[in-house]
Amino acid sequence: MSSNATATVVRTGSGARFVIYTLLALFSLFYLLPLYVMVVNSLKPLSEIQAGGMMALPNEWTFAPWSTAWSTAQIGVEATGLRPFFWNSIIMVVPAVAISTVLGALNGYVLTKWRFRGDTIIFGLLLFGCFIPFQMVLIPMARMLGIVGLAGTVPGLVFVHLVYGIGFSTLYFRNYYQQFPTELVRAAMIDGAGFFTIFRRIMLPSSGPIAVVCIIWQFTNIWNDFLFGASFSDFDSQPMTVALNNLVQSSTGVKEYNVHFAGAIMAALPTLFVYIVAGRYFVRGLMAGSVKG
Amino acid sequence: MGFLDIKNATKSYGAVKVLHETDISIEEGEFLVLVGPSGCGKSTLLNMIAGLEEITSGDIAIKGRSMAGVPPAERNIAMVFQSYALYPNMNVGQNIVFGLEMHGVPKPEREKAMNDVADLLQIQPLLKRKPGQLSGGQRQRVAMGRALVRNPDVFLFDEPLSNLDAKLRVDMRTELKKLHQRLKTTMVYVTHDQIEALTLSTRIAVMFGGHVQQLGTPKEVYDNPANMFVAGFMGSPSMNLFPARIAVENGQAVAETELADGTKVTLPFPKERGFAKHDGREIVLGLRPEVITDRDGADRTSQSVHVIDAHVDITEPAGSDTFVGTQLGGKAVTGRFRADVDVHAGQVFPFAINMEKAVAFDPKTEARIS
Repeated sequence: MSSNATATVVRTGSGARFVIYTLLALFSLFYLLPLYVMVVNSLKPLSEIQAGGMMALPNEWTFAPWSTAWSTAQIGVEATGLRPFFWNSIIMVVPAVAISTVLGALNGYVLTKWRFRGDTIIFGLLLFGCFIPFQMVLIPMARMLGIVGLAGTVPGLVFVHLVYGIGFSTLYFRNYYQQFPTELVRAAMIDGAGFFTIFRRIMLPSSGPIAVVCIIWQFTNIWNDFLFGASFSDFDSQPMTVALNNLVQSSTGVKEYNVHFAGAIMAALPTLFVYIVAGRYFVRGLMAGSVKG
Repeated sequence: MGFLDIKNATKSYGAVKVLHETDISIEEGEFLVLVGPSGCGKSTLLNMIAGLEEITSGDIAIKGRSMAGVPPAERNIAMVFQSYALYPNMNVGQNIVFGLEMHGVPKPEREKAMNDVADLLQIQPLLKRKPGQLSGGQRQRVAMGRALVRNPDVFLFDEPLSNLDAKLRVDMRTELKKLHQRLKTTMVYVTHDQIEALTLSTRIAVMFGGHVQQLGTPKEVYDNPANMFVAGFMGSPSMNLFPARIAVENGQAVAETELADGTKVTLPFPKERGFAKHDGREIVLGLRPEVITDRDGADRTSQSVHVIDAHVDITEPAGSDTFVGTQLGGKAVTGRFRADVDVHAGQVFPFAINMEKAVAFDPKTEARIS
């Protein structure tokens, strides 16, 4: 047995190991079961589901429920499928995530490296913003959006998510930049770099891990949000989550479970994708700075 | 008016005054060391010269131009930080020329300056590496290179050697001194290490409690400390300070004190020191370890070597010297003997004291008496 490569691993006996892996396998199975049901049933014709046997593999494999959910299913009053709402979500989530991340980074930079009188109070208030329940701001926010003329539009939704996101993104970046050596900023000042040059050339290139954490967090939250989407959007600006709800609620006589399953998977895919692509940075980012290296 | 003028500068954080009225003036090409224990205000003063901290009152001028309100980038200074502060995302070459780039120097000139500095510091092979791939000594060199390339009016160093191991620190100290002799640029250097201060500087400001205790050449500060703090802080082992009383015997001023067993001893001051006017005054007598030595090790050019027999409490051989401890005036006193003197703890041994180098302080004000 090599000892060096596994120096960080706590040694366990093979018996204990067997128990651990069995338990892990059971838990994984338990957690993967719903996904299995969704995938399997989204690939069956409706008749097979109605005949019972939710757990069985399809007799006849079909992608028809997927294409129906994507482009022809009845959403509310129109048979557009989920496609337009998927794009609504994309054009909502991308700017909202990008802007809130950049603003959070700037806030963190100012709050740690360009301290000013009352900066801790400002940070405290921003932090407080993270903990305001969503429901509390619905009516004031609706009024605000009405006044600035963004009610029922995608930019309006971007704005709402931006406001809610800044608290978290500021928290992330402030804590990260707190560990960032101030001497570097001072050295850059003496070298002649200005406020934004230091941010762009010195701070941002070292912010990879925390940026990934921030992006994953914001993306999942904003993509999965239902309340703001349902409250502040019109039919043509609804995000995916609201459209999925409408797909399931819209009654045309029969409940097309296979289409619903396909739609639900579609709504979950982007967040799943972000986790798989950036997940390892996520863990790395959360652990960043915990071990000197 | 000097090249770098600090005039009545102070620094306060709210009600706390961390730097009291400070006046320092140095000429072009001098090597000023600000030395003192942590919290004495030396780094604050350096940051004020750099423009990283604002001046609460007073003024700092470089080349006769007031620096009030001038941002760090426009002061034509360069600074080496304790942590080196190399930009982790840039390679060594980019680190070195970043300042030039920010000042709008065209690329071919930047390249040339970078290569000149890399040759000077022998870091040519490292130019493409990232700071994370360098050893402590190499990082130190790069930090130096980044300062040198700017060709500034004043170099500022904030404890640049304190993160190096002991051997490397001594080597880099020598190198820094050579560099200063070659470049003849004005340098201001902060350290808490009094040896660094003495070896590097042409002028030392010893600081404590936000005050400059003494400003002078290394020799002045070492031989003529202005007060007991400076006397105790500069030199290693530090100066022996013990209570004594001035008396006049046959027109000759002497310091009276006692050995461990209570025997009175008198140490005559040289006549020209003029201590006779202080007849009867209680003092704290200051003797550096090297002025208390064995009979044959004593300075032959001195007219005032006085030998007393004292009990040896402890001997500490240190290779080149042996430090011998005894007691005078109730305080432990260390003498520096030659290494091969046959002296042992428990003996009564002759101690030769060179009173030409003795200094006296007031026990209450701790100020120098002359």
